[in-house]
Formats: sequence, structure tokens, C-alpha cells
Amino acid sequence: MADKKAGIVWLVKMAWRDSRRNAARLLLFMSSIVLGIAALVAINSFGDNLSDEIDGEAKALLGADLEISSRTPISDAVRERFDSLGFEMAEEMSFASMIYFPKNGGTRLINVRAVEGNFPFYGEIITEPAGEANDFTEEQKALVDQTLLLQFDASAGDSVKIGEVTFHIGGSVLEVPGQSAITTTVAPPVFIPLRLMEETGLNQLGSRINYKIYAKYPEEFDNTVFEDYLSPWLETTELSYDDVAERKEEIGDAYSDLTGFLNLTAFVALILGCIGVAGSVHIYLKEKTTAVAVLRVLGTSGQQAMAIFLIQVLAMALLGSVLGAALGAAIQYFLPALFDDFLLVDVAIGLSWPSILEGILTGVIAAVLFALLSLVRLRKISPLRAIRTSLEPAAKDRAPWLAGGGIFVFILLFSRLQLDEWSSALTFSFGILMAFALLAGLARLATYSAKRFFPSRSPFVWRQGLANLYRPNNQTLILVVTIGLGTALITTLFISQELLVDKVKLTSAPESRPNMVLFDIQSNQMSEVREVTQQSGLPVISEVPIVTMRLEAIKGRSVNELRSDTATGIRDWVLSREYRVSYRDSLSESETLLRGKWQDEVGRSGDSIFVSIEEGLREDMKVNLGDELIFNVQGARLSTYVGSIREVDWQRMQTNFLVMFPKGVLENAPKFHVLLTRFESPEQSAAFQQKLVKQFPNISVIDLQLVLETIDKVLSKVSFAIRFMAFFSIFTGLLVLTGSVLISKYQRMQESVLLRTLGARRNQILLINAIEYFLLGSLAALSGIVIALIAGSLLAWLSFETTLTPDILVLPGVYLTITLLTVLIGLSNSRGILSKPPLEVLRKVM
Amino acid sequence: MKNEPILRIRELTKNYRSGSRDLTVLSQVSLDVERGSTCAIVGPSGSGKTTLLGLSAGLDVPSSGSVTLNGIVLDKLSEDEKAQVRSAHVGFIFQSFNLLPTLTALENVMIPLELKGEKKARKKAKDLLEKVGLADRAGHYPAQLSGGEQQRVSIARAFANEPSILFADEPTGNLDGETGATVEELIFRLNTDAGTTLILVTHDLDLASRAGRVIHMKNGKLFSDSLVDSVA
Repeated sequence: MADKKAGIVWLVKMAWRDSRRNAARLLLFMSSIVLGIAALVAINSFGDNLSDEIDGEAKALLGADLEISSRTPISDAVRERFDSLGFEMAEEMSFASMIYFPKNGGTRLINVRAVEGNFPFYGEIITEPAGEANDFTEEQKALVDQTLLLQFDASAGDSVKIGEVTFHIGGSVLEVPGQSAITTTVAPPVFIPLRLMEETGLNQLGSRINYKIYAKYPEEFDNTVFEDYLSPWLETTELSYDDVAERKEEIGDAYSDLTGFLNLTAFVALILGCIGVAGSVHIYLKEKTTAVAVLRVLGTSGQQAMAIFLIQVLAMALLGSVLGAALGAAIQYFLPALFDDFLLVDVAIGLSWPSILEGILTGVIAAVLFALLSLVRLRKISPLRAIRTSLEPAAKDRAPWLAGGGIFVFILLFSRLQLDEWSSALTFSFGILMAFALLAGLARLATYSAKRFFPSRSPFVWRQGLANLYRPNNQTLILVVTIGLGTALITTLFISQELLVDKVKLTSAPESRPNMVLFDIQSNQMSEVREVTQQSGLPVISEVPIVTMRLEAIKGRSVNELRSDTATGIRDWVLSREYRVSYRDSLSESETLLRGKWQDEVGRSGDSIFVSIEEGLREDMKVNLGDELIFNVQGARLSTYVGSIREVDWQRMQTNFLVMFPKGVLENAPKFHVLLTRFESPEQSAAFQQKLVKQFPNISVIDLQLVLETIDKVLSKVSFAIRFMAFFSIFTGLLVLTGSVLISKYQRMQESVLLRTLGARRNQILLINAIEYFLLGSLAALSGIVIALIAGSLLAWLSFETTLTPDILVLPGVYLTITLLTVLIGLSNSRGILSKPPLEVLRKVM
Repeated sequence: MKNEPILRIRELTKNYRSGSRDLTVLSQVSLDVERGSTCAIVGPSGSGKTTLLGLSAGLDVPSSGSVTLNGIVLDKLSEDEKAQVRSAHVGFIFQSFNLLPTLTALENVMIPLELKGEKKARKKAKDLLEKVGLADRAGHYPAQLSGGEQQRVSIARAFANEPSILFADEPTGNLDGETGATVEELIFRLNTDAGTTLILVTHDLDLASRAGRVIHMKNGKLFSDSLVDSVA
């Protein structure tokens, strides 16, 4: 039954009056959340702008209304059907091959795109000189990716040789619809006329050619024709297809994953900021206890007392969120440059009001929820405290637990929005809760231990510093939780970034391992290629035969039957894939036998053939040891059984296979070959490639060093993007640390001044404070690092399926930085106090 | 209502749990205080006088017994209801002044008026500050006032809501002799002008002697009561 006469206006007045003398502290609360909100708004705004751009340029991303693709030549039935519907068509064959620059002998792996027709129907291939893409197919011209021309110092008018055909370079390719800079890094595109494909001689056994038909719908095409007629028909074929809606969805999903991940890193910064708010508000409100008790004596209700300070927190949260949103709206202008290489479209940046409002709302809700942990306790402050310290324990209050529950739900819901999965969101939220509980437990343990095992014989300054950890109104709990959680979050971010990078990184080849792969070698070329390799001073480390085949039946059921039975759970790619298999009599270094028995050789004709399949394939194929698999080896049926299951280390740079046959089966099948060798210097590699491509233009070469370097470049861009986001967390962490330590300044003031009055020297007081902050900082940093290691290990095990190997130098660095910062900021509090006369300081405090 | 005591205390007891022991700080105290009277509660430290004051003003909850303030039985009320009672009927002067440090002198005096919804809170507060001789310090913060000045602001605040009863907890306890005398004079003068019942706790026997009734506390019990003694 609060006094209704003193309404909201009075509460706002009181909040304003009290805030006048506390502006600096309240600004400190506010600053804790600014960066987190800025990061959220920047990412969300950028995501909105990107999404708008993808919507607007959807057709240009595909270059057509419909794209059909296949690993085998597309039958005329498709062309006839499209023709009957009035579609305009363009065709393409794309595959990896080598380009040769006669001007300087340079060679490189490229992605050949042999096209005919008016592709792209939407958007354009941007070339220099402009317009070269319009008619290059009429002549013997090639359009070459600009990075290639730069690399080999070539330009329009020069020649390039692809296969057996020499082309004139029509121009450099600057931009291709639907391709980002990253995707062209390993094998840059080169466009040639499709009509010259045959002449190049590159369409040979084993060539991995991707066949495509692009279709443009006629004007006023009714999309129901596609949905009702064309799509069901395409489902019955082995063709893959994409229309604009699907491509938009795929791209949207990919970027949505990216923005979701980045939002989570921004959310980490916000949580960190809110923890800072919680800590600062806690200490701030502790000093308001007497004032609240006096207000209660004067006739204020508990709710009113809480409301006064809630209004302050609300105002600061709103101000901080608005500032953060403004900063975020500005920062998003830098994001296109950060992600430029990964983007398929040019993003026009504009203000995204939904993102701005969402950011402000998130910031206010988060800050208020965290502040409520301490605010709710104000309701229960007894008016008796105005005249004496209460001897009775505080009344049990469920409200802080409810506030805690509210925070957990908020974190859960927000992370669910970003991660799209309840399991991941729950893991994330529980992780934070566990970290909090662990830190609180460690802080309590430290307080107890300091008291229990107090070293009474140690020097005075050590005893004082240590006693500060457990004396009444100590800040051990709040600082250990605040700083420790901040350390844990930031360190976990770094560890997960390293895990991500390590996961994608391919194992580089140490000495004696192959670092060059020659593929598409025909059987009749093998001996000559071997000779050229050895003559060039390179070792032939291994020769791997490859046979292509298709799956015909699994466990007696044909693939057609399995494809139409969706209950089997067998992945479609398993049924429609062209398998590239090999044969040998032993496991390779990258393979581990999991189950079954390896068959090294089939002794006699008619004996059962036991193949070894990779574990992932086994799962997707839904087979087990002993199950029958029938393969079609270029017309010949081959019945086999699953003899063993292997685990393959796909990160090892060598030929790995999903299906491996024993010797004695495929030796006479049509095949092509891969040869593994090793070069010792870039010059040796370049000279060898030149010789090889001249003599055997159909053979492609993968320089593994180049691949590793390229991947490293890509990963460093990814790392940079993640580190950019981590910056928000780090800076917020510093603000939180500063705020937590500074807010306790007034308590320090009284104690330090009293010691001075009693005769303690300046250095003694500084040392006492330094010891206290050293112990607090150390405990917080170590606890945070331990939590980060636990979180990182779980991430490595559950998400990345690897083991954590943290950087040995990073962790001590984190510990030293956090501890040092805590001590320095803590001491900066004291210096100002000690340089003034005690009475002057006491007057200010009182 | 006019003839009824403004404060009626019956069998009031207060215990605290301290570690494994129960501490009895007040034991079976009963007394009535008449309207308009002035009453001093004296006794050594730990005698229970501040506890008695706190319970009488509804700041604390007794372990047993009852308190009736201005006809309102406090035992059954919630904390917020007691706050409302204090807002309507009680003024309080603290030993440590307890001005809100972030509010000016004027704003501190305005609080009880604003809580009651008084429309002319600012003017009335200024008048009160004038009465205590601090009209020219209205805009100053407590840190800018001396101890005596802070207590005078506290007195102005205590009278702001025109209380029926005024509680004063060692009002001159933190002041020097001369300042204390000034404050003491102010309290009694304003109290007489307002016709308020005054209950004050004090160590100062000279101050106590100015009250019409002196209650002596010892070991949590009523040791002597000048009213009872004189009747006796």
C-alpha cells in the first residue's frame, strides 16, 4: 500500500536529484554497454543491408532464371523440354585445368568456363576493356581473371594456351555474377567459347567436368509451370537445379550463419558490459543503503525506493544504448571493406532503423535485467538501518533469484535467435551460468581460505592486503566474478577462433611428403610423365590409379528405387554421385581401420570382392559390414561387399578415397592416374610445370604449397574479421575492469585515510592496495583462463571434433595483462587520495 | 481519540539471534505517552532505549508485545503500511543527521511534503528553513554544511509533514556543547509551537530534564519513570 500521492513524477524527480552528484559513476555504467550495442547494431544493420541487396540482385546472382547442372553430359531431352517452354538457353562446361602463358612460360591451375549463348542473362561479366564478354565466343578469345594477368604480367592481346588450343586474351575479368573474390582464389576463372572445347582435347576419361544449362524464362512466364510441371520432372532425373528463390535462400542462409555467429560475438561483448553494469550497480547501491533506510523512515515504500534507482539505471541504459546504436550505425560503413572478399554483391550501406531500434531495446533490457539483481534488494532495506546496523539477518528474498532467472531466459532467447538451434543456445547459456557459479564459488573459497589459513606471521602490508579479501564489505566476490567472467569470455573467443582456423587449415607437408599432385594423367601417358618427372629431378612418391563408377544397387535395391523411397534416409548424393575409386593392398598413412577386415587382393576370378568404405559414407549410405554394393564400372556390373570401414584424415594433403578396392579387380578397367611428387623450390616447381603442360596440356597440377598459402590468406581474412569483432569484447572488458575497480574508490578512500591518520606511510598503503588487487586480479584471471580452457575443450570435442591445443604463450599473456591492469587501475585510485591531507579527503567522502 | 494516549506500548520485547545465543535487548516494557507531552528516555549504552524508540516509530518489528501509535496498531501492518503511517503522523530526528547527501538542504526538507502530495512543498520547505535560520543555505548540499547546520535542516525536515509525534534519537549526540544547546532550544521551541508530542532518547541529563517526563532504561527494562514516581 505505497503512498499513491508520491507518484511517478516524484520518483523521476528524486532519481534526477540523486544523479546530479553521481553523474561520473552513472556514465561509467553506461559506457560498459555502449560497445556491445555498437557491435550488435553494426552487424545487424549490415546484415539487413546485405539482405536487401541480395533480394534486389537475386537474378544477377544466378545469372539466369534457372540453372541445371550435372557431372555427366546433359541429355537433349532437357533441351527439347526447355525449348518447348520457350526458354532461352545458354550452356557451359567448367572444369579445372592448366593455363600456359607462352610469353613467359608461366603455368597455373585455373577453372575453365567454356560458355555459349547469352550467359549471363541477368547481371554481366565485367571486363577490362568493357564489353568484351558480349562477343568473345564468336572468336578464338579467352577472358582471363585479372589476378592471373597480374601474376603473369600478361594483358589483352597476349596469348594463352589451354589444352591444345591457343587463345588471344580478349580482356581481364573483373567481376562475375555469383562469384566472390574468395571463391576464385585457388582456381581463377578463364572463359573460353564452348565450341572450341573439343579442340582443346581436355574432355578425357576422368575429367571432372561440370555441365550446365542456364535458362531464361519468356516474358510473362507463369511460375506455377515450374512448380507444377518442370520441378517434379527434374526430380526424376539425376540433374541438380537451382532457381532464383533457391539460390537466394542458399546465399541468405550462408550469410545468416555468418551474421548469426558475429552477432554472438557482439552479444558476448554486451554480456560483458552488462556484467560490468551489475558489478558497478551493486557497489553503487551498497553506498545507498543508509539513504534508502532514511527514505523508508520518512515514509517511502520499498517499491518506491527501488523505483528511484531503477529510473536512474533505465535512463543510463537508454542513453548508453542510443550512443551504442549511433556508434554501430557509423561502424557498419567499415564492414563491407572487412568482408569484401566474401561478398557476392556490392552492399550499399544505409541506416537500418529496425536494427537500431532492436539494438537499443536489447541494450536497455539487458542492462536493466542485470542491474535488477542488486536493485531488488533495496525493497527489503529496513528503516531501522537509519539508526543502527541491524543485528538480524536479512529477510529471505526470492526477487534476486527471479531477476537471475530473467537474465538466463534473456540470454537463452537471444542466443537462440542467433544460433537457430535450441541445443546450441542452451549450451551457450548454461555455459555462462556455470562460469558464473564457478567464479562465485572460487571467490567464496578464496575468502574462506584467506580467513582460515591467515598467515599471521607475515609482514603487516601482506596481512592487511590479504585481510581485505575477507573483511566485511569486501569486494572479492564482485571483482572476481566481473573480471573473471570477462577474462573467460574473451579468452574463449580467442581459443574458438584458433580452433576454427586449425580445423580448416590443411596439414602442411613436412619434408619427404608430397607437395605436388598431377592429375588427369591418362594410362598411355603414365610412363612418359614418370620419365619427365624424374628427369626434372623430382621423385615419384606414388602413382594412384583412379577408376570412375556409379552405384547401381545397395543391399539388393536399385538406386532408382532407393531414390523414390524417402524413408530409407540415404542421402541423395550417395546415390547420384560418380565415384572415383582406387585400389591397393594396404592402408595409407591417412587411414585408420575402424571395423572389419582389410582385403589386400582378390586371389582368383569369382572370389568375393570386399571393398573398404569411409565411415562418413557408411553413415550416409546406411550400410554395415557384409552389405552388398553393386557398382556400374562404365557399363560393367560389379558386385561387392562392405569388408571394412575406414576413418580418413581428410586434412592430410594426399589422395584419399571414399571407396577403396583391393588389388586384382580393377586393373583392366578404364582409368586415369594421379602422381604425387615433391619439389624443393618454387623455381624447380615452375620449371617442371612448364615442361609438363607443354608436353601434356591435359594434365593438371596442384601445387600444395600454393594451396596452403592461398588457404592461409583466406583464413587470415577470416581471423581478422573475428578479431575485429573480438575487439569490442576486449575493449568492453577493459571498461568493465576499470569501472569495477574505480567504483569501489570511495570505500578505499575512507580506509586509506584512516590508516594515514593512524600513521601508515604512503608506500605502505600503496603496497597494501597493490597486494589486494594483485590477489584479486590473479584469482580472477586464473579462474577465467581455467573456464576458457574448459569451454574451449568442450567446443573442440563437441563442435570441431578435435582436441584443444592452446597457444602456450597466449594464456600467460592473458594472465599477466589482466593482473597487471587490475593492479594499475586499483593503484591509480589510491594515488589521488594519498597526495592530499586526510581531513580534506574525509570531508569529500562525507 | 483526543483523550487516548498517542503512544501505547504493551509488554514489548525484542530479542536478537547472535551466533548461537539469543540476546534480549528489550524485555516486557509497557508504557503510555499522552498527546502533547514531552518524554525523555535515558539510560546507559545497551540499555535498550534506541531499540524502544525504533519499535515505537514502527522502524522495527517486536519479538512480542504491541505498539499502538495514534490509535493505529502497528503489529498487523506491513512495512509499506507502516511507512505510510510515518509519512502521515511521525517526524524523526537522527543522531547522525541522515540528510540525503545528493539533495540540497531545501530538497531534503521537501521530501516529507512531496510524499504527502503537498502542492506548495517548495514554499513550505523554505518557510521551515527560515524558522531554523537556514533560509540562505537552501541550495547547499549537506557536505557544505556544518554539523549543527545539518541537524537544523534535519529538524526542519522532521516538522515538514506536521507530525503528531516526533521521535529524536540523541539529537545533540554528535554536536559540541554550544551547538547542541542551540539545537536543543530549536527542538523544544518548534515542538511547543506545533503542539507535537516529543519523545527523545538522550545521554544528556540536562536535555532530559527539559522534558516533562523522564523514563530511565536499564538492561532492557524500565528502571524508573518520573511520571509513575511522581504519582507514587
